[in-house]
Formats: sequence, structure tokens, C-alpha cells
Amino acid sequence: MAEVAEAAQPLLERATADELKHYYYQMLLLRRFEERAGEMYVKAKIGGYCHLNLGEEATIVGLMAALTPDDYIFTNYREHGYIIARGVPPGPVMAELFGKETGVSGGRGGSMHLFDRKTNFMGGYAIVGGQVPLAVGAAYALRYQGKPGVVIAQMGDGTTNIGAFYESLNLAKIWKCPVLFFIVNNGYGMGTSVEAGSSEPDLWKKGASFRVYGERVDGTDVLAVRDVVRRLRVRAEAEGEPAIIDAVSFRFRGHSVIDSDRYRDPEAVRRGRELYDPIRKFAALLLDHGVVDDAWLKSVADRVEREVQEAIDFANNSPDPKFEDLYKYMYATPVPNTPTAEDAIRAVKINHGEF
Amino acid sequence: MPVITYRQALNDTLGEELARDPNVLLMGEEIGVFQGSYRVTEGLLAEFGPKRVVDTPIAEEGFVGVAIGAAMLGLRPVVEIMTINFILVAIDQIVNHASKIHYMFGGQVSVPLVIRTPSGGTGQLAATHSQSFENWFAYCPGLKVVAPATPYDAKGLLRAAIRDDDPVIFIESLALYDTKGEVPEDDDYVVPIGIAEVKRKGTDVTVVSYSRMTAVALQVAQRMEQEGISVEVVDLRSLRPLDRPTIIESVKKTNRAVVIAEDWYSYGVTAEIAATIQEEAFDYLDAPVQRVAGLEVPLPYAKELSAASKPNANSLIYAIRQVMSGTKRTR
Repeated sequence: MAEVAEAAQPLLERATADELKHYYYQMLLLRRFEERAGEMYVKAKIGGYCHLNLGEEATIVGLMAALTPDDYIFTNYREHGYIIARGVPPGPVMAELFGKETGVSGGRGGSMHLFDRKTNFMGGYAIVGGQVPLAVGAAYALRYQGKPGVVIAQMGDGTTNIGAFYESLNLAKIWKCPVLFFIVNNGYGMGTSVEAGSSEPDLWKKGASFRVYGERVDGTDVLAVRDVVRRLRVRAEAEGEPAIIDAVSFRFRGHSVIDSDRYRDPEAVRRGRELYDPIRKFAALLLDHGVVDDAWLKSVADRVEREVQEAIDFANNSPDPKFEDLYKYMYATPVPNTPTAEDAIRAVKINHGEF
Repeated sequence: MPVITYRQALNDTLGEELARDPNVLLMGEEIGVFQGSYRVTEGLLAEFGPKRVVDTPIAEEGFVGVAIGAAMLGLRPVVEIMTINFILVAIDQIVNHASKIHYMFGGQVSVPLVIRTPSGGTGQLAATHSQSFENWFAYCPGLKVVAPATPYDAKGLLRAAIRDDDPVIFIESLALYDTKGEVPEDDDYVVPIGIAEVKRKGTDVTVVSYSRMTAVALQVAQRMEQEGISVEVVDLRSLRPLDRPTIIESVKKTNRAVVIAEDWYSYGVTAEIAATIQEEAFDYLDAPVQRVAGLEVPLPYAKELSAASKPNANSLIYAIRQVMSGTKRTR
């Protein structure tokens, strides 16, 4: 592991009290959002697959704290927390999980396909590895157009075993693309451990053949994640030097809401949740340094509870997408001989037995 | 009007579009220093430099994905895949990503990307280098698929494709690159995507075709004229969207139809067209629709076996005679 000098600094030299408090608030918001999303899934308000960020809050908030508005983010399908931490309100995110017109993707994407143009959140992608070349392409475009910014290619540990990852490392390096390969290493790709799936389990070393620098960081430490991203971000932007960040964290639950997690030892999971809970750790740190007190922590918990409830209410009260809009986003440039709103309505009526 | 080759029409258009729009760039294997495996990009690196004409490593999944991601940020990449056989390595990026990004994200972003690639077989290239996969992409909502048959259409459709904000699969043919045709100079015409064209008027039978098979159909139509059979040739030009009204209008007039394509018979383009005709012109048909397509084998190398496996003028003439006599296809 590369040496990290940042950690030696005193806490309040690394961040202001307001920044520290904001990180805590964001992490708790993601935690509560995901816990409630899990509940909504069980209540069948959310369909399809639903992958939660529980236990990964420090990784997400640390990453976002290091980015600028010029930066772009491509993620995998476990991305609710990323779009919220990037600045999208929880309401439209929950509405997307509910499949509503007011959702961030107009109800066309769902949990695995969140998108927000305004904040350069360029999408959640649900084919493992698919987002990685796209992110390199976005970085290629920044370099081509001489624009500032870097691109984050977020992925899970399992993605480092697929070919698209390696082609991306090679292309990013030879074309000097300002991209950071951000691996959320929670130790498991579904039920397959990193050790079982990767001949090189030190994932940050996987760029070696491509001369792409890599570094491992404690993904449960929000400041450590922020600082490593900040440092490598500068090099990526200034020199077109891509890098791998291997952020190690602990997955609190199964792969998705419906995964009962039988392949992990329940006692180890219980212990892991205690040892590696980034929010609990951060709260203790802030209390120790007198940055916050118990009353403040309680007020943040209340605020987050309220905001997530408002997001659920917003989603519940939002309209479904209209049937006549079924083909609405088919093409950006309309062309003849494509189905119309009338075609959609006719097909839907038949589908509903109305004939 | 000047007569130029299909290859020259493509080369001219790429150069003109590079000059017109600084966001247009070409990417592909051996398109720059080597000047293109089939010389379609000849001279363009020298004229526009390495920023605009980008040689890629052999990594189709990677560089097609890069082109899609770059397109999402406003570039307009025109990617060359050396032949359509190699596109399968990149199919996840095209089918799971390029085709879905505009729709799945609620119209917030588009993918103005063109992928050019020659399809079909010629010259004993054998099983892995002679395939026709345009139907795989024509199957997929969100993509546009075009397959011009003439230099004029090649130019007009390539312009339309590059200026279109959606991913367009642009099908070429090795056997068409040296064919010639009239192309106007100093004329910024486009051929609209999604519109077929009646390339030859006729009254007795409609032949539906695209790309190289349109060239075959036009030759056959001329020969059939001498036998007293008047053949109308509908050139699809676009496979998605498919211009069903033009096909149906022609069949309603001639009451007979033959569909020809170079791809394999089962589940191929000819099946889609034949189904469309029976759905929308059943009462107008005087004979069952005839289909002419590739024989269903991994294309053998041996010269005679290879040639015998591909549809040609003879197989089209046979099908036209069958449909004129009203007999069912015998295979």
C-alpha cells in the first residue's frame, strides 16, 4: 500500500467543523435512505433489483467531497448514494426507484439506471464493466475539447475481473485520459470473494501491466477517501494520468435486498458491522474532538429521518409515466417510420384486454 | 454529374464532415497510418492530423465504449470496425449501452455515434470473416441501421448518419467499394434515414433488397426485362427504422414479391420483410412470397463451395420465375 501522509495531520487541519458536520450529515442521509429503500422494496413499492450502499457511505461521501462541478461520474448499479451525495435531492431519486415520471430518469431507468445531467452524474450501469469504457470516453472528450475536470469510473471489486476493465486501463493510459478507476472493494462480487475471483487480490496493483498507478485506501474513513481522490484527481486533470483507487469497505447486507447472504458467516457479518461502520466511527471521532455533541447528532438524525420520509411521500404522490409517452425517448433525432403515441395507446389497450 | 466509386463517396464524405464540424472524429484500427484496411479513410490522417483521425489498438469493446462515452459529452465519433465479424466483441457496448442510453435515462443525453463496417462475404474469406450481422442490430430498438447500395446513397446516408444524434450502424460491403455511380458535386444533399427507395419501376414482381443485393437485383431486373417480366426493385436503404409503407405500396401494385439478402435464411432480414408483406398485403398476393438468402453453414473456404453458399443472380432469377409461376419455394 502506498504511504498516505494526510492521515498524520490533526483533524481540524484536514477539514473545517462545518465540512466535518456536512460529511456526517451526508453519510447518515445515505444510510437512512437505503434502509428505507430496503423497506419500500419489501413493500413492493420498488421493483426489479435493488442494491444498497449500506456500509459504503464513507467511500461515497469521501469521493464526492473531493470532486468539483466540472467532474463527471459513471457508476455501476449500486449507485443511489452517489447521485444523492453528488447533490440530487432524495425525492427524485426515490421517485425513480418507484418508477415515477418525476424520477431522475423519468421512471424509465429504475434503481440501476439513475442519471442527472445537471450534476454530471452520467448514469448507473447494470452490465458489469460496461460503464468503465464509457467513463474513459468521457475523459477522452474532456481532453479533446480542452475542458477542465476528471471522470470517475466507479465499479465493484468483481468488475476488475472483466475484459472491459483492462481494455479501459490500456486506452486511458495510451490516450492520457483524466479518469480515476474507483473500485469499491467490499470483499464480495455477489457471493464470490475477492480471493476466489482475482489471482491478484490486491486490486490496486491491477494497473501495473498498464503502468497505471494504484493505491489502496480505507473505504470506511471518509477523510482518507477524500484525500486520496483529491491528490490523484490533481494529477489526472493536469497530466492526463489515470489511477486506480481501491477503497476497502464492508458490505452490511447481501448483494441486493433479496439476497439472504447465506455464504457469509453471520457472526463475521455482525462483527464487521460493528468494526467497520463508517458512520459510527466518524461520530466517535467528532465527539472525541469536541466538534459535535450528542444533541447535535440527535438533531441530524431527526433531520435525515424527516428528509427521507419527505422523499418517500414525494415518490408516493408522483404520477406514473403516461402510456402515450412509451416511445417518447426512443430517438434524439426523430426519423420516419417509427412508432407513435397512437401506436402506444393502441398496443396498451390490447395489452389491458380493452378490445 | 461525376461518376465515382462507392469507396470514394465514403472517403469524400468523411473528409467533408471532418472539415465541417470540429467535434467529428474518426476512430478505428489501421485507419490512419495504414490508411484503412479497405482504403476508405485514405489520405484523411495527412489532411486532418492524429487528433481527428485516431488509430486505435485492437480493442473493439474498449474503443467502441470510449466512442460512446465521448459522444455523451458532445463529440461525434465515426468508428470503423474493420469487418462486421469483429463487431461481436463490442456488442455489449452497442446493444446494452449505445442503444439504451437516450431512452433509459429519460432523454437527458444522446449518443451521436456512427459505426461503419463492411458486412457479407467475398473472396474466400471463410467462416469467421464472411458473415452478415446487420439483422442483429436492426433487431434492437434505439439503434438506427442503414445499408446503402450506391455511391449516391452512401454519401447521402453517411452525411445523415454523422449529423444524426442517435447511434447509427452504417453497413458497407467489400464487394461494393469499387462499384461506380453518379454523385453530384457541391451539393450538400442527405438521404433521410428510415426511407426506402424504388430503384427501378416495374409491374410484375417486387424485389426487396438492400446493400450489395440491390446491385444484384438491378442487374437481374434488366435481364428479366428481356424475358418479358417487369421487375420493380425496392431498395430498403434503412433496416431500422424499416420503411414498411414503401414495400407494401409496391407489392400491392405488382402482387408478387421476392426478398433477397445475403444473411442466413432462418431468422434473417428476408423473414421480417416476408412477414410484413403477409400482414399488410395478404389479399394482394397472387403467389407466396419467395425468399433468397445464404445457405445455413459456417461459410466454407473452398472456392466453389463458398460461392454456392451465397445468394446470387441465378438464385434470384430462379425465385422470380417461381413467384411468377405461383409455386412454393423448394429448398
